[in-house]
Amino acid sequence: MTSETASPLAKILHDSRSEILDEWINQQLSDPERSRSVPETTIRSSSEEFIRLFEQGSEKGNLSDLTKPEWKDLQTMLTELSTSRAVQGSTPTETAKFIFSLKQPLFARLNARAGQTEANLIKQIVELSSLLDKLGLHTSEAYQQSREAIIRRQQREMMEMSTPVIKLWDGVLAVPLIGTLDSARTQIVMEALLQRIVETGSKVAILDITGVPTVDTQTAQHLMKTVAATRLMGADCIISGIRPQIAQTIVHLGIDIHDITTKATMADAIKEALTQGGWKVERKSEKATN
Amino acid sequence: MTIKSQEERAIANENDIADVRNSVKRIASLLNFSLVNQTKVITAASELARNVLEHGGGGNVLIQLIAESNRTGIRLIFADSGPGIADKEQALEDGFTTGKGMGLGLGGARRLMDEFEIQTPDGGGTTVVVSKWLDKP
Amino acid sequence: MERIPILKLGEILLVTIQVDFHDRSALALQEDLTQKIVDYSSKGVLIDISALEMVDSFMGRVLGNIAKTSRLLDCNTVLVGMQPAIAITITELGITLKGIHTALTAEDGIELLNTLIQNGNNGQSKVFGKRRLYL
Repeated sequence: MTSETASPLAKILHDSRSEILDEWINQQLSDPERSRSVPETTIRSSSEEFIRLFEQGSEKGNLSDLTKPEWKDLQTMLTELSTSRAVQGSTPTETAKFIFSLKQPLFARLNARAGQTEANLIKQIVELSSLLDKLGLHTSEAYQQSREAIIRRQQREMMEMSTPVIKLWDGVLAVPLIGTLDSARTQIVMEALLQRIVETGSKVAILDITGVPTVDTQTAQHLMKTVAATRLMGADCIISGIRPQIAQTIVHLGIDIHDITTKATMADAIKEALTQGGWKVERKSEKATN
Repeated sequence: MTIKSQEERAIANENDIADVRNSVKRIASLLNFSLVNQTKVITAASELARNVLEHGGGGNVLIQLIAESNRTGIRLIFADSGPGIADKEQALEDGFTTGKGMGLGLGGARRLMDEFEIQTPDGGGTTVVVSKWLDKP
Repeated sequence: MERIPILKLGEILLVTIQVDFHDRSALALQEDLTQKIVDYSSKGVLIDISALEMVDSFMGRVLGNIAKTSRLLDCNTVLVGMQPAIAITITELGITLKGIHTALTAEDGIELLNTLIQNGNNGQSKVFGKRRLYL
């Protein structure tokens, strides 16, 4: 069903395209709240592309149903635009304003057309406004989603950075665990640890939980998973950093740590690891050479 | 969600299980999964295919590449027309720490994948749907 | 269907599992190994799985059975070359490889087998404390 606004819209886009484009671009550039994160050249090229795809979409006369195929290209362009704006550091408002600021030049041209009844003009403005609102909201949504994806990626990177696997000695690795040990973290620890075991040929890994605030049944399971995977690789684990409260919690919860070696401190764990590896640590003679 | 591509594999004998693994591997590798995640998908597929053969009397699997607005993934739909599963809850429970339940492999497959759904209507037959997503960076 | 070659190295049997290891071959391997352990009075079996891309519960059972039958024949089994991705997946699946020792490399595996053989099979491994049982 062809909208009544389609024809006047098509006409003004056809007749005054470059003027509309110029006015629109100028309005964006002169906005006092405009951030500098988006360069002028980008604003120009985005606007041009938008008008082109906007014209393409409105050709079929459907100005209300954005799910129809003629609007697909424009939607895709807007999703990409929002994503790149999000990455550039632009705000969601600015990205939506990109669309909303097109209203002014379009309405002005509709208004200027001769032979229009007021009633018709109002209808056209309402319909066009509604269309642009939908497009504006679409950009906001796309913007949000890409921000969320960025945050997830950063979270993962933070987790990877905060779980280093350190080579303490020949054949001895240490993994200081800081913060809560959830299942996502455990996956990262396991992958990093096992990879290092292969690279270094280590036989012992010390998992230090001094920095893990609480140990519940879940955390214990994650720890045991890590130990099990390590043993499958032909190495073994020592869990160190067991604070008194943690020890009590483990007993209280009835968690069975099977036959995993545990130590209160990292120092004890290192001694144990070295002994297991056949190392002996001796103090050099106290006498100083004169 | 859209289905970008789909392949079907019959599961009628032992050889088919290896065939399913290879097909899943081929399709999963189109997606850029990490090695660990790819291994998980292939292993889950192997478990579920074996189930279809050993408990369902044979069936098939649909291997689909799926996509949503900001992510893509792989989905596997295993179906058989066997006797079905009387007690779903019990079948899924195998307890990681007790190590039991190498029997049905359902609990294991669930842990390996992101999404897991099982339908076993009264009339018989079982359908298991599992999927794993790749987050776009 | 190819049968997997089993090499004899003194008291130890070496088995290298190939990439396209089909499920039926696993059962054949079990039979062959058991036979050879008896034929040669072997004391140790080294299974190299570095070429395996996946171990599911079926494979886990096969490996477990190999270890159990070997044990009954006074023979130790050591698995080497497990890829990290597989170790992680097996753990998540909940597969227990009870009774199988593991080592990182073939050299480590042979060293372990020799130690186990010296200490007498079925005894505790003195090399690295309690490394025999897995979750």
